[in-house]
Amino acid sequence: MEYLIHIAVLVCLYGILGLSLNLVVGETGLISVAHAGFYGIGAYVTALLLVGLGMNFFLAMALGIIASGLVALLISGVISRLRGVYFLFGTIGLNIIAWSIFLNWQSVTRGPLGIPSIPRPGIWGLDLYQNLQFLFLAAASLAIVYFISVFIKKSSFGRVLNSIREDEEATQIFGYATSYYKLAIFTIGAMLAALAGALFATYITYIDPSSFTINESIFIFSTIVLGGLGSSRGAVLGPLLLVFLFEGFRFAGFPSEIAAQMRMLAYGFALVLLMLYRPKGIWGTFRI
Amino acid sequence: MTGMNEILLALQNASVQYGGVRALENVTTQIDEGEIVALMGPNGAGKSTALKALFGIVPMTEGRVLWHGKKIIPVPYEMSARGITFVPQGRQVFKSLTVYENLELGGYSLPNRRDLKNNIESVLQFFPGLKPKLGVKAGVLSGGQQQMLTIGRGLVADPKVLLLDEPSLGLSPKIVQEVFEKVREINLSRKIAVVIVEHSVKSVLSIAHRAYLMSHGKVIASRNAGEFEGSGELEQAFLASGTMRR
Repeated sequence: MEYLIHIAVLVCLYGILGLSLNLVVGETGLISVAHAGFYGIGAYVTALLLVGLGMNFFLAMALGIIASGLVALLISGVISRLRGVYFLFGTIGLNIIAWSIFLNWQSVTRGPLGIPSIPRPGIWGLDLYQNLQFLFLAAASLAIVYFISVFIKKSSFGRVLNSIREDEEATQIFGYATSYYKLAIFTIGAMLAALAGALFATYITYIDPSSFTINESIFIFSTIVLGGLGSSRGAVLGPLLLVFLFEGFRFAGFPSEIAAQMRMLAYGFALVLLMLYRPKGIWGTFRI
Repeated sequence: MTGMNEILLALQNASVQYGGVRALENVTTQIDEGEIVALMGPNGAGKSTALKALFGIVPMTEGRVLWHGKKIIPVPYEMSARGITFVPQGRQVFKSLTVYENLELGGYSLPNRRDLKNNIESVLQFFPGLKPKLGVKAGVLSGGQQQMLTIGRGLVADPKVLLLDEPSLGLSPKIVQEVFEKVREINLSRKIAVVIVEHSVKSVLSIAHRAYLMSHGKVIASRNAGEFEGSGELEQAFLASGTMRR
């Protein structure tokens, strides 16, 4: 039972990551693989404030989200001018920089040793030390992010994002300064990813740089491709399926020395099959 | 028409280079209030480039754009607020958006939702064929309907000048005629000045007041539309490039 709750929490976290990345990739057509960087910024800032200053969880989380948003805003000022594959390379660089900072700024992040004993949040005197209670917090967060993403999608802002995805030049012709729109959605995506980061840090109670590598970004990216780009439902279903695939492999009966490798192999294989037979994913409205 | 009304928009001594190739050389054109002006010429004459230079889509190496007699620096996303809209070539509708959403996108420069709704309503009176399709994804419309939609979308902002880049491209002659009829109607009833870049000379001369004939990046003749017939200039320009289409 504890294990199922654990999986459910993971699904919620990856659901938030998937939804937020879908706003950038699926709705706007910006191919970003920097998401784990922002996820990491949220996790690190929250963890450092909780451990170092003993700050209130919600305040620490809010500051983590703001920090991630500011970084995204600064950086997207530069990279939102890039298009297509150039934008992609910009985000690869971004994730590598974020990861290197987590790893090498040892006086603050403790580098590869990571940050241990991050306190679980308490709400209204209720200690979320129990995983089940934490699940409620994670699920509520997922629900909020889901509504935010549906709201954006249905708004006139979302419609402009969709039109940028289809044809940025034509969108400019109608009077839209598209780089501001790209900047805005990239920042919103980064802030929501930081929310997942704050939850992750306090759920696992330990973080180190290995959780925020480019591989993690690619994993998040593949969850939404599986679920279907441009679909909020898909951005939750994709993470759910991939988390279950990963976890399910624990029970496949491989000896423990090779279990992790087999899991990566299956994951890679699943991605190839997906691209071959279902490039739009399950509920996708858009194909890269 | 020239001289009777105020000059709305003008391109003066414009030159454009694509890489090392000169696409436009010292081109001067003007659009007066309420008139239809055609930019004609064979492929590669620089018609579309001239239109794009006016709108700021391609940068000019020399020359300037005047709006109401004042110099402006054309930036595409600032033009619609001035009252100039551009209808791109090739029926660029946003395929995954519905017809209504496409129309809404055209109204960025409008101050409020009510104006947007009213303008869409009046555009639909021009294009009643779009009315039953409002909820349909624009990608499934026929070529002619998509062209009507792109023009309609350009009208939602209630512009003073409409720039049409080859609206006849890829449409059957009958549909082209319908599109041009609509353009004339728009010009007459809403007093919108129109610039049409066009390959198919005969149909565009039937609705234009004035026309510029272009060849190899230059304007080689500029007259009232009726005066081209029999002047021999058209034949010369098109035969030289071998692409006459009547």
